[in-house]
Amino acid sequence: MGAEPIEGGFGLYVHWPFCAAKCPYCDFNSHVRAAVDQRRWTRALLAEMSWHAARTPGRRLDSIFFGGGTPSLMDPATVAAVIDAASGHWNLADAAEITLEANPTSVEAGRFAGYARAGVNRLSLGVQALNDPDLNALGRLHSATEARAAFDMARTIFPRISFDLIYARQGQSLAAWEAELDAALGMAADHLSLYQLTIEAGTRFGELHARGRLRGLPDDDLAADMYALTQQRCAAAGLAGYEVSNHARPGAEGRHNLVYWRYGEYVGIGPGAHGRYVRDGQRLASATALHPETWLAATETRGEGLSADDPIPPAEQAEEYLMMALRLAEGASLARHRRLGGAPLSALGDLQAEGLLSRDADRIAVTDRGRPVLNAVLRALLA
Amino acid sequence: MTEPRHIRNFSIVAHIDHGKSTLADRLIQMTGTVSDRDMKEQLLDAMDIERERGITIKANTVRLEYKARDGETYVLNLIDTPGHVDFAYEVSRSMRAVEGSLLVVDASQGVEAQTLANVYQAIDADHEIVPVLNKVDLPAAEPARVREQIEDVIGIDASEAVEISAKTGVGVPEVLEAIVTRLPAPAGDRDAPLKAMLVDSYYDAYLGVVVLTRVMDGVVKKGDRIRMMKTGGLYQIDRLGVFRPAMVDAKDLGPGEIGFLTASIKQVRDTAVGDTITHEKRQCDKALPGFKPSVPVVFCGLFPVDSAEFEDLRDAIEKLQLNDASFSAEMETSAALGFGFRCGFLGLLHLEVIRDRLEREYNIDLITTAPSVIYQVHLRDGEMIELHNPADMPDPATVERIEEPRIKATILVPDEYLGDVLKLCQDRRGVQLDLTYAGSRAMVVYDLPLNEVVFDFYDRLKSVTRGYASFDYQMIGYQEDQLVKMSILVNDEPVDALSTMVHRARAEARGRAMCEKLKQLIPQHMFKIPIQAAIGGRIIARETISALRKDVTAKCYGGDVTRKKKLLEKQKAGKKKMRQFGKVDIPQEAFISALKMDG
Ligand SMILES: Nc1nc2c(ncn2[C@@H]2O[C@H](COP(=O)(O)OP(=O)(O)OP(=O)(O)O)[C@@H](O)[C@H]2O)c(=O)[nH]1
Ligand SMILES: C[S@@+](CC[C@H](N)C(=O)[O-])C[C@H]1O[C@@H](n2cnc3c(N)ncnc32)[C@H](O)[C@@H]1O
Ligand code: SF4
Ligand SMILES: [Mg+2]
Repeated sequence: MGAEPIEGGFGLYVHWPFCAAKCPYCDFNSHVRAAVDQRRWTRALLAEMSWHAARTPGRRLDSIFFGGGTPSLMDPATVAAVIDAASGHWNLADAAEITLEANPTSVEAGRFAGYARAGVNRLSLGVQALNDPDLNALGRLHSATEARAAFDMARTIFPRISFDLIYARQGQSLAAWEAELDAALGMAADHLSLYQLTIEAGTRFGELHARGRLRGLPDDDLAADMYALTQQRCAAAGLAGYEVSNHARPGAEGRHNLVYWRYGEYVGIGPGAHGRYVRDGQRLASATALHPETWLAATETRGEGLSADDPIPPAEQAEEYLMMALRLAEGASLARHRRLGGAPLSALGDLQAEGLLSRDADRIAVTDRGRPVLNAVLRALLA
Repeated sequence: MTEPRHIRNFSIVAHIDHGKSTLADRLIQMTGTVSDRDMKEQLLDAMDIERERGITIKANTVRLEYKARDGETYVLNLIDTPGHVDFAYEVSRSMRAVEGSLLVVDASQGVEAQTLANVYQAIDADHEIVPVLNKVDLPAAEPARVREQIEDVIGIDASEAVEISAKTGVGVPEVLEAIVTRLPAPAGDRDAPLKAMLVDSYYDAYLGVVVLTRVMDGVVKKGDRIRMMKTGGLYQIDRLGVFRPAMVDAKDLGPGEIGFLTASIKQVRDTAVGDTITHEKRQCDKALPGFKPSVPVVFCGLFPVDSAEFEDLRDAIEKLQLNDASFSAEMETSAALGFGFRCGFLGLLHLEVIRDRLEREYNIDLITTAPSVIYQVHLRDGEMIELHNPADMPDPATVERIEEPRIKATILVPDEYLGDVLKLCQDRRGVQLDLTYAGSRAMVVYDLPLNEVVFDFYDRLKSVTRGYASFDYQMIGYQEDQLVKMSILVNDEPVDALSTMVHRARAEARGRAMCEKLKQLIPQHMFKIPIQAAIGGRIIARETISALRKDVTAKCYGGDVTRKKKLLEKQKAGKKKMRQFGKVDIPQEAFISALKMDG
């Protein structure tokens, strides 16, 4: 079978919806369960994967991503089964990137070697903060020491590692973040995801915030300063921001997430997973049931747990492409935008004049000034 | 045709919500005019807006047939009137068509400001008044106390006031008897030339213009050729009849009768309320005195949010004017808002009602600019101009003086809130004219600038008195004061739609309040936006909206693009509700909200 590369790449996303505890800021599709029947879940994941595989035959698979929730609660055997099945359905590229999100507790670190044996070659660690009081405030179950230990161990096991930090936390000063960021850069990972804390409706923090009970959050000005500082420091350390919140040494970018941002194609399996792929010339948007047991029951009876599987109208594809691609430093291609069905962008000139967007022949990208206000740029561009 | 001695014509008047329409329901029901099956609460309040807000906006006429205790059958023509002060004109006009009034007073509330206003109008119209104490079913009802109040405050005999519950029907039979025995039959000569009053007219999509008329003398029949004495219009009657409350054709209408006619009249504008209708050939010698015309007192600009909808707005306004001749509209252009209309209304509720109807019935999103009154600007060259829109204020150097309309406001308020009411009136540049007590309630009379009242006075009054005060007003004339035009500059450019006339001494406080409000109302932009209040070239207040520095989604949800898209859609929808001015998007509600004073 000839492997067919896809524009923007082709990836598989696997959602593991379980966590040991729910963090107060988190609005991801994550649920706490006393026990999970991993064999049953493995069967269901494999069933849903083959359902999609039948609709996307003959492709080269560039990446697999285990996200959550907390995928480091999966048995290595479960992970192995998923990877094996995927390489059976598609042509796994030689340099395929296989990432797993892991929480850095000691228990989980014990499974790292097993994941590597299963085929995982990149670990993304949810470190979140480098001091205990803040980890505590974020409701995390690990300590800073544990996180560092997990990181050190992961380095000996995986060829590629990244870790996540959440900043712009309660009571955090610019100087404190600067010190913490320097420490993080000093750990010499080649990839960092640095997210500003977002207060989401429907979370514990969201509720507290609505009642005016979440104190010490930075105002917009401080948050903007923190963001600017982050960009400078990372760039100076050789980890330029290649996406709004992601930084990497050249060549070390997360290839799976690049599939999303380059508006490539991906199959999503597990509860609350999203997919985007072309079938019979139509680009489809799929989503699955959010609730774990609902998804499981549906998948066991029907072979898939879909809640949506709809063609995306061309104009919307073009819109989605810009929304994703402009997150990247490399930006978007006007020709691709047009090919997908996009109308001419009338605000382009104004945004360029205002110094928010730059254009180099076919490519447009947000400038350093435009990136922190990307939503406003998109509003103007897609109005 | 019914003999005048078997006819009784009356209006039902009261303060807002005292139960006029509910009493009308019972009268309609007890006389068997409408079957129980077709009955519903406040049957006569047919408009959507009336039903939603639970108030009467338009007066309504119904003809009832009642077999009285004397064994005779009488025709009763009732007119249910609105209680809100904005529609006082409807009440006065309705009263001209009848001989008596049922004065309804809520026995749990007592006499209120519009109770008084209505009584004075009824006395002016030479009406026989039958006081009716309503809502006696309520535990809080105190009919004895309210009787006393009517005698003390209004000065009319309340010994024969009828106690009723319009809700349960208790006492309503007595009201029917009182109508027959205590109200006079209409006078009139059926052999005299036709003399009929044009009480009101409205536009019906199927019938065209429908005229509500009261015959004074003579008889009018289908096919008759009629003349409108004031407008001079000649028409042939197509259809004629009475309201029960549906339109029912009749052969003719004689003296004392109230009914409708249609005569291929094209526009409501072709009719003049208060005009006298007579026969083309055999004319009556003297026309009726007519009504004082209703005059709009509150003005504001109405602009489509989407400027492409201007023509739709024009159509909608024309259609609505067919039905409501009391609001005026003239085309207006604003540098900030483009094409729109300067509209005049009877009051703020009237403004809201019209705006609501335009938005809902015609599906147009509107920007409403700050309400204003008519100023009389006297120029140095002796000329006087009527200023409807602060944006049109002439160069102050050419102005000798400015006069503003003032009103006499009557406020009834329980003693414990009197202090707050006095403070409110004082804050609004009021001059106290009178202060008297009626039991535990005070009646204060103030001379106030209308400008200080049109906007949010009534809301403020309600809030400082927890709804216990009632309010009525009349125009009393113009008076000079130290008035200046205050402009608002957004991003260094004046926004004409935000200009207001203010008193010099209060300009600074007003300007500061407006700048602060606008700072809250206008979203952050990519650049910083100065907001300034100015009088002439002098800046009197300033605020700055800082530039937007951060607006980006930090996280990525495993390829979930839909979620981001929804966020963007929501933001884009929000932007549609704004109007771009220069480089700044101003939300549509800002034009009104900026003026609301919290204190
Ligand atoms: N308990 C009680 N409630 C009543 C009675 N009569 C009217 N109501 C209530 O009082 C409210 C106002 O009644 P309406 O008949 O609409 O009053 P209105 O005077 O026509 O009001 P406007 O036309 O807005 O001036 C309604 O909620 C009625 O149900 C009554 O006899 N007893
Ligand atoms: C799928 S989530 C969680 C993965 C893993 N369970 C963990 O908690 O480490 C991926 C990342 O999103 C970030 N994140 C989650 N909620 C966030 C929030 N409300 N604000 C900012 N970042 C957030 C965290 O850094 C987290 O590591
Ligand atoms: S942040 Fe991670 S560990 Fe915490 S609840 Fe969310 S997915 Fe689970
Ligand atoms: Mg009513």
